Amino acid sequence: MGLYLRPQTLPDALSALAAGRYTILSGATDHFPARVLATPAEDILDIGAIAELDTIRLDAEGIWIPARATWRAVIDAGLPASAAALVAAARQIGGQQVQNTATVVGNLCNASPAADGIPPLLALDAEVELARLGGRRRMKVADFVLGNRRTARAPDELVLGVHIPLPARPGSSVFEKLGARAYLVISIVAVAVSAEFLPDRRIAALRVAVGACSPRAMRLPALEAALAGLLPDPALVSEDHLAPLSPIDDVRASAAYRRAATLVLLRRAIARLLVPEARAA
Amino acid sequence: MNDAPAIPLRFTLNGRAVAIIADPMLRLADLLREKLRLTGTKIGCNAGDCGACTVLLDGRQVCACLVPAGQVEGRAVVTVEGLAESGRLATLQAAFLRHGAAQCGICTPGMLMAAADLLARTPHPDEAMVEDALGGVLCRCTGYRKIIEAVLAACGGAEAALDQDTRMDAVGARLARVDGVAKITGSEAFGADAWPDPPFLSLRVIRSPHAHARFSFGDFDPLLAAHPGLVRVLTASDVPRNLFGIYPVGKDQPVLAEGYVRYRGEAVLALLGDAETLADINEGNIPIRWQPLPPLSFAAAAAADAVQLHAHAPGNVLCRGRVVCGDVATGLAAGVAHAEIGVTTSFVEHAYIEPEAGYARRVGDRIEIFACTQTPYMDRDELAGILGLRPEQVRVIPSAVGGGFGGKLDLSLQPLLCLAAWLTGQSVRMVYSRSESMAATTKRHPARIQAEAAADAEGRLTGFRFTGDFNTGAYASWGPTVAGRVPVHAMGPYRVPHVAAHSTALYTNDPPAGAFRGFGVPQAALATEALMDLLADRLGEDRLEFRLKNALRPGDRLATGQVLGEGAALAACLEALRPHWHALRAEAASRNAASDSALRHGVGIACMWYGIGNTGMSNPSEMVIGVTREGRVVLYSGAVDIGQGSNTIMRQIAAAALGIPAAAIDLVTGDTDRTRDAGKTSASRQTFVSGNAARLAAEALRETILRRANGAPDAGLAFRDGAILISHDGVETRLDPAAMVPDAQDLVLRGEGRFDPPTTALDDDGQGIPYASYAFAAQIAAVAVDTELGVTRVEKIIAAHEVGRAINPTLVEGQIHGGIAQGLGLALMEEYVPGRTENLHDYLIPTIGDVPPIEVILIEEPDPLGPFGAKGVGEPALIATAPAIFNAISDATGVRPTAAPCTPDRLLTLLRAAGGEHVP
Ligand SMILES: Cc1cc2nc3c(=O)[nH]c(=O)nc-3n(C[C@@H](O)[C@@H](O)[C@H](O)COP(=O)(O)OP(=O)(O)OC[C@H]3O[C@@H](n4cnc5c(N)ncnc54)[C@H](O)[C@@H]3O)c2cc1C
Ligand code: FES
Ligand code: FES
Repeated sequence: MGLYLRPQTLPDALSALAAGRYTILSGATDHFPARVLATPAEDILDIGAIAELDTIRLDAEGIWIPARATWRAVIDAGLPASAAALVAAARQIGGQQVQNTATVVGNLCNASPAADGIPPLLALDAEVELARLGGRRRMKVADFVLGNRRTARAPDELVLGVHIPLPARPGSSVFEKLGARAYLVISIVAVAVSAEFLPDRRIAALRVAVGACSPRAMRLPALEAALAGLLPDPALVSEDHLAPLSPIDDVRASAAYRRAATLVLLRRAIARLLVPEARAA
Repeated sequence: MNDAPAIPLRFTLNGRAVAIIADPMLRLADLLREKLRLTGTKIGCNAGDCGACTVLLDGRQVCACLVPAGQVEGRAVVTVEGLAESGRLATLQAAFLRHGAAQCGICTPGMLMAAADLLARTPHPDEAMVEDALGGVLCRCTGYRKIIEAVLAACGGAEAALDQDTRMDAVGARLARVDGVAKITGSEAFGADAWPDPPFLSLRVIRSPHAHARFSFGDFDPLLAAHPGLVRVLTASDVPRNLFGIYPVGKDQPVLAEGYVRYRGEAVLALLGDAETLADINEGNIPIRWQPLPPLSFAAAAAADAVQLHAHAPGNVLCRGRVVCGDVATGLAAGVAHAEIGVTTSFVEHAYIEPEAGYARRVGDRIEIFACTQTPYMDRDELAGILGLRPEQVRVIPSAVGGGFGGKLDLSLQPLLCLAAWLTGQSVRMVYSRSESMAATTKRHPARIQAEAAADAEGRLTGFRFTGDFNTGAYASWGPTVAGRVPVHAMGPYRVPHVAAHSTALYTNDPPAGAFRGFGVPQAALATEALMDLLADRLGEDRLEFRLKNALRPGDRLATGQVLGEGAALAACLEALRPHWHALRAEAASRNAASDSALRHGVGIACMWYGIGNTGMSNPSEMVIGVTREGRVVLYSGAVDIGQGSNTIMRQIAAAALGIPAAAIDLVTGDTDRTRDAGKTSASRQTFVSGNAARLAAEALRETILRRANGAPDAGLAFRDGAILISHDGVETRLDPAAMVPDAQDLVLRGEGRFDPPTTALDDDGQGIPYASYAFAAQIAAVAVDTELGVTRVEKIIAAHEVGRAINPTLVEGQIHGGIAQGLGLALMEEYVPGRTENLHDYLIPTIGDVPPIEVILIEEPDPLGPFGAKGVGEPALIATAPAIFNAISDATGVRPTAAPCTPDRLLTLLRAAGGEHVP
């Protein structure tokens, strides 16, 4: 029989992690489905009662999405237009049952190649904050997610949340998900694009991320560079920009299809950057 | 499985405080069901994929299968049992009942809770909001449309018509389902919702991880010693007659494999013990030595050098079907327009939301089984055979069935449950997991079809040739039914003078393919209906008019030689569709002209026909109706209602035949000890065959009553205050049942009915009378195809169905909606791959957002043989949908899909091969 701890405070949680090996449990929407066929013996640290990890904050520094913030909370938080991609992803994750319990941080820590939350976090240049007893550290999402279900978190660390910086200039972001049905669908491809604009609508900074086309979601630096300083023109996105991706064949689609679809979604996302309704959260 | 030490938990459940000691990692769904015995919350997948377990947690919808018990501490949980307000149905529940939004009812609690969350926050949602809120709950029966209507009606939207069951003319009335209240309150007992009296044992089946392998067992003693809770290990040698199958000859499937497995998921042994012990046993510690063999694929099964999977089936041929008339070469040569096509389809999983479940107990020298099934009497006889008992020693009590669609026509967990209970004398319970249900049970046959057709200059079909191979998987199951039915229907509902249609069912190392709504006809229709479009186009004729010109009409001679009787009204279906066809085509054309975007619009049409009941084989139903000493009328119906509504239909038919309102009839269903054999719930036969038996029984009872009372044939009947009142011309005669002598069934008056559709066996050329009645339909699909992504969205379906007589129009529409949703899944997304899609997130079925608005047009042309003119509609609903969608895709893009499902990547490949993404 395993242990089950449900600490009320962060220090209690960190002390537990310092003292033993625990499986961290948050919204449990990845936890339980991974244990349908077999249940390993494990000690559980349920972080669901730690009130200080609940509330999304918005201040001059940016957006703080703490570990216990659910996708529902992201939808309801009234986030600025620059974070529209994350809100759009939230609306397309699972069904509302899942959105009501699943957390953004859980999605990130689970580090599925098809996690819909990770491309927006990459595109929004988010940073992960981790804590262990007696210390905290921050790192870019790109450095945190190491591969398919692998992260840089040490066993005694808890992810406290993610910071999303506010753009220096007016910005917008877009999320495009392609699945084979309307709801409850694992992405064949997901892309997120975030841009900051110069007063004449040329792109000052661009970040593009693609999910479900490589062991971990990744940015496309060549594409970002190619569009910098230009008006967002979908025609500028080319097949060559997809070179870093390594899609696979699976039951959802072939690798070739994923590549083709990624190109289409990226072009559409770039085209939508300037469409006003895409910017509304 | 209990994982952590139990802790005290306090929470509010449906407004009441609960304190309980439980494992904090127990899933809330299990806590509610197993510990608190609140079974309204259903489990369809245990993985968040189906939403059947949806409850409210602090007012928000969540999946109870994903919430650890520890997290409900201090919070408020509301389940379907908490929806009714002080014993009265909530507005939402009443709307579900009125709109026929619950069919089998297994998804209904989840739908209700998701909707309750929405309505609490948004009193007046629009349709899109309803879809967003209910998007996480899957329904396999309803096609969702009536659910959407019900939710909108609950907050002031349009209300559906509902007739009272006290009205005299029960046939044709929109009565609420007789079992509807149980389904919307969560009180209906499905297979997993009842437990035997404790103590009882659980059963866990160990299945083959290989598609083809030899195996042997080591010593089980160490396993038994290591797990004191493990009572027994069952293997093939424990099964008295280890062979079963649907057909009397050619039984080929073992209950437990004997050293050799033919598909991944085949049962090799069963562990018997307490649930916790069984869950704890690591599969790796079970002493099985596997020797994998190369699996035989569908592509290779017919090859000369293919391995032979069954000694009785040379060439791996289970059976062949054949219908030949005229001379097909002459017929094809006589045409001026020719078309040819090859079509392939995939395994399709039934994906009923209720995984198989039930329990068995031994009562003296009898065995009783409570489980979900579509065919209690066949189960009874087959179980008796396996156990070496007489059929009377087996009692089958069907649970409520949470969807079947053909998948619960085969035995699944019943043989092992009965065997274990028989051998140990203890009650034994088992619930399949979702993956076990998917891996172990039957599928729709994948098909490989080649077909050609020709038409003359006047646009009349001259010849049709069809060859279809069907992958029947490892065991026969219903393969012969598919092979027999397909050639009869292959040419579609059209007049063709020269036909050669051949089918072959081939054994492979895939899962057994069995019965699935349509028995191979939906696959064949994909080819046939493509040919009709191709021929019409080649002749420059309108696709609808071409079909109409060739449509079968009463008096036409079929390829089987049978002359079609009255009531075949395909022409009326097509004529009813004609205005919609022109309007939708014009709309698609103008949308395409208005924009050069990647989105292309198209409209497709397809027809179908379907013989009701078994193919050229006797398939009788028997019904009994009687009056009790208390003066109540009781209908004993053995027809299993799997959600399609036969309980309600039988009652309506019997009421109309007796001349009383449906409300006056009590219903006793299922249970082989109490009801006669009404055959299987399949082949769309219950309304037509069992309905006729119910009608005959009621007519017989009416006659008996009138004879006793010396009443005139058109006298009125009423059952009031324990008396039978017979009135004629203002004169009332009274019979007093309390004064009569009851028979063994406690009936004082009775009527019995038996109906067997008049058919004859088919000869070697397929000549004969395979069916007594045929249903016809035509459907139109309007689609939008994103030609850059290959994504197809169905925007509208218009379905014209010739149903003879709609005994209950709400139920008929519900069948059509549900069939269309399954047809849409077959066309666009459903593909079962053994070992890779054994769950409901890799195996995709349509969600509420995938099924478009559906307009149903009912054509009522009474069938001379049908009860009050009625025919079946269960399977006809599905058959035309996928071909209509394929034809619409082709209309939109100019490329013709030939493989089902037409997934985005398959369609994009076709579009690219056709050169360019913007195909006009
Ligand atoms: C039916 C269904 C549909 C879904 N659909 C989608 C979808 O469309 N798109 C998508 O991207 N995802 C989807 N998901 C997965 C999604 O729900 C999860 O990824 C979710 O966001 C994870 O959050 P959680 O709080 O439930 O995490 P949990 O399941 O509790 O945990 C997930 C993992 O993260 C770890 N973890 C959680 N929190 C922390 C922390 N603070 N510090 C360190 N480690 C932590 C856990 O140990 C575990 O390994 C779906 C899931 C289901 C069941
Ligand atoms: S049982 Fe919970 S979602 Fe299927
Ligand atoms: S009524 Fe929805 S699954 Fe049967």
